Amino acid sequence: MPTPYGPKPDLGPPGLAAKLLGFCEELRSEGIAVGTSEILDAFEALDQVPWTSQDDFREALAATIAKSQDDRRLFELLFDRWFFRSAEAEAIERGIGEEGARREGGERLDIDELREQVREAILEGDENEMRDLARLAIAAFGRQGEGSGVVGVDVQRIRRTLELSAGAQPQGEADGEVRAIDRDQLNRFERHLRRELERDLIERTETLPPARPLAELDRALPTSPTQDLAAVHRAVSQMKRRLATLGHEQRGRRKGQIVDVRRTMRASLETGGVPLRLRYRPKRPRRPEIYVLCDVSTSVTSASVFFLSVLHALHDSFRKLRSFVFIERISEVTEVFEHERDFRVVAERISSEGGVADVSGYTDYGRVWLELLAELSEDLGPRSTVIVLGDARTNGREPHAEVFGQLSERAGRLFWLNPEPKLYWNYGDSVMAAYERYCDGAFECWTTRHLENFVNVVAGGIPSED
Amino acid sequence: MSDGSVAETKEALAGAGYLADEPAALVSFLAQRLEKPVLVEGPAGVGKTELAKALSRATGRELVRLQCYEGLDEAKALYEWNYRKQLLRIQAGGSGAWDEVQDDIFSEEFLLERPLMKAIANPEPVVLLIDEIDKTDQEFEAMLLELLSDFQITIPELGQVSATTMPIVVLTSNNSRELTEALKRRCLYLWLDYPELEREMEIVRLHSPELPEALARRLVEVVRMVRDLDLKKPPSIAESIDWARTLLLMGSEDIDKATFEQSMSIIVKHRTDIDLVAERVGVKLADPLRPQA
Repeated sequence: MPTPYGPKPDLGPPGLAAKLLGFCEELRSEGIAVGTSEILDAFEALDQVPWTSQDDFREALAATIAKSQDDRRLFELLFDRWFFRSAEAEAIERGIGEEGARREGGERLDIDELREQVREAILEGDENEMRDLARLAIAAFGRQGEGSGVVGVDVQRIRRTLELSAGAQPQGEADGEVRAIDRDQLNRFERHLRRELERDLIERTETLPPARPLAELDRALPTSPTQDLAAVHRAVSQMKRRLATLGHEQRGRRKGQIVDVRRTMRASLETGGVPLRLRYRPKRPRRPEIYVLCDVSTSVTSASVFFLSVLHALHDSFRKLRSFVFIERISEVTEVFEHERDFRVVAERISSEGGVADVSGYTDYGRVWLELLAELSEDLGPRSTVIVLGDARTNGREPHAEVFGQLSERAGRLFWLNPEPKLYWNYGDSVMAAYERYCDGAFECWTTRHLENFVNVVAGGIPSED
Repeated sequence: MSDGSVAETKEALAGAGYLADEPAALVSFLAQRLEKPVLVEGPAGVGKTELAKALSRATGRELVRLQCYEGLDEAKALYEWNYRKQLLRIQAGGSGAWDEVQDDIFSEEFLLERPLMKAIANPEPVVLLIDEIDKTDQEFEAMLLELLSDFQITIPELGQVSATTMPIVVLTSNNSRELTEALKRRCLYLWLDYPELEREMEIVRLHSPELPEALARRLVEVVRMVRDLDLKKPPSIAESIDWARTLLLMGSEDIDKATFEQSMSIIVKHRTDIDLVAERVGVKLADPLRPQA
């Protein structure tokens, strides 16, 4: 019988051991290296702590399994789903809801009273009280018909409706006796709100939140330059190592070699014209000349930090590399990269003397191609690879796709890395399609995984499956 | 320290002057029960090293500390042959064939114990602190692996030296480079972050009990405000404590603009940071203290 409540999660064999193994398996699929020894440690640790305390249980697992801050974040996300969503999963399966009870509670309270209670509970730091009030607030809020369906947005709206903010006090209570709520306390309440909203969502849609795309979403590129540059650098340095070793594995492998007829015949002269020894064509790793064009306009601000650090890494790995940045016009920055090893200094110098700071900030792709063709037409050859990093948003200007086509004809290979998800290509002023047909490959590139995939292609490997 | 439960561990640490949060207490507890090393990571000045010291005080064990730095090698960390003493022994000569002398000069008498060796060979259980492991190179990390998983050291001339009692091993790292997987695999992991407001207040008041509560709260709030700025070196807990002591010495009743500017250098220690902090935080403190910020 098909269940009307969406796909039922595969529960597997009963017992905690199986559950824990499943959990680790899921962590592995999110990219955390959980070794067998770590699982053994986890079991040993669980022997030592009381399972009745959620915190102890969680921390014991985290200490043995999640061995860095990144891992820890993923761990938290999955932990809830695995160990504390079971009740919800069960409820879905049986079709149990608690609509009635909740509505009743919601109607009995008016919003001012609720506001007072919430404030008190937050100040007291009473977790259980906070959870109950969070549910009441959601119910009361839902009645006004303002739910947006997006958990994060709703949390903020409810917070505002309840006039909760860290530090400052609402106007009505100017008697100065009420203690301020600090950030931590407020965060705690917001966490409860979020949890309950998610629970609500599960009940309404009757499916559990998706398990898969966590790592992907979470490891998306940093959206502001102030965010952790180190994360980007770690990814890029990994890429660097791969670039350094890629191609080596091809060498010295007998399989798939091509016989060099001319040299074989030549060698056969020694043996009286009988080709006793076969000569093979030597395999030479591809050492491409690379030209990189990097869009640094405002529409890709979030990605340009990432792109610049990619450029930085590429410069370390390839001898023959020329790089350009562009907004309206192009400007060569090869020198900057070659003389400066420190990434921060590079970024600064590019923004100050790259020759791009003086223009409007709107990309003009058409003009960029024209200039590039003039600059490079001599140098481009079958051995050269051109890589464009940009979003193909022309701001309504002439795209000059045919000039781009000429570029592509002259260059051996031409790749395009787009910092936008494929879904957004060709929407609005994006003219990706016009350029894409001239490219040897166009890739979306907004996570480090995308980047690795691309590196594989450039270095002559096979693109990995997404 | 009795190692009965997490709560008891927490209490014992508090008794040693360290207010641990839940994860820290739990990991300390597990470290003793599972006899596994602990890797503590976190920003500078959140009390990573202090945790090891507190563990040593709470358990009554001796603290053996290995401070790591770039270029640290086995001779400095494990053991070294006492070359001069060996020479003397040979010169003193006496009777005996070469074999005898050789056996003699490569005996424990001529061994200079360095911290790691000391921790292993000690008949009493110790707390071994390997501080700032991220400062060393990967080769050194690899050398540690034998020690951390089996608690033994191999000396070619003498054979294996195994620990008779299990040391509590604490490794700290400021995360300045990624540690190898192999090392992480052998450790329990603990991330220490700046404490929450209430806990930092407790810590400050534990170290300077004469400080009035209102002032302590104010102090911690200001420090947190400063930490939120994008500084080269955000103030650590130790600096909060120093600042509290300074305020006590200055006899300040309240942190207003003047006091702040006079004593700011206690918590902010970079030229550029000082300007930034004076600009952002100093302004907010212009008014006299109100009941709430």
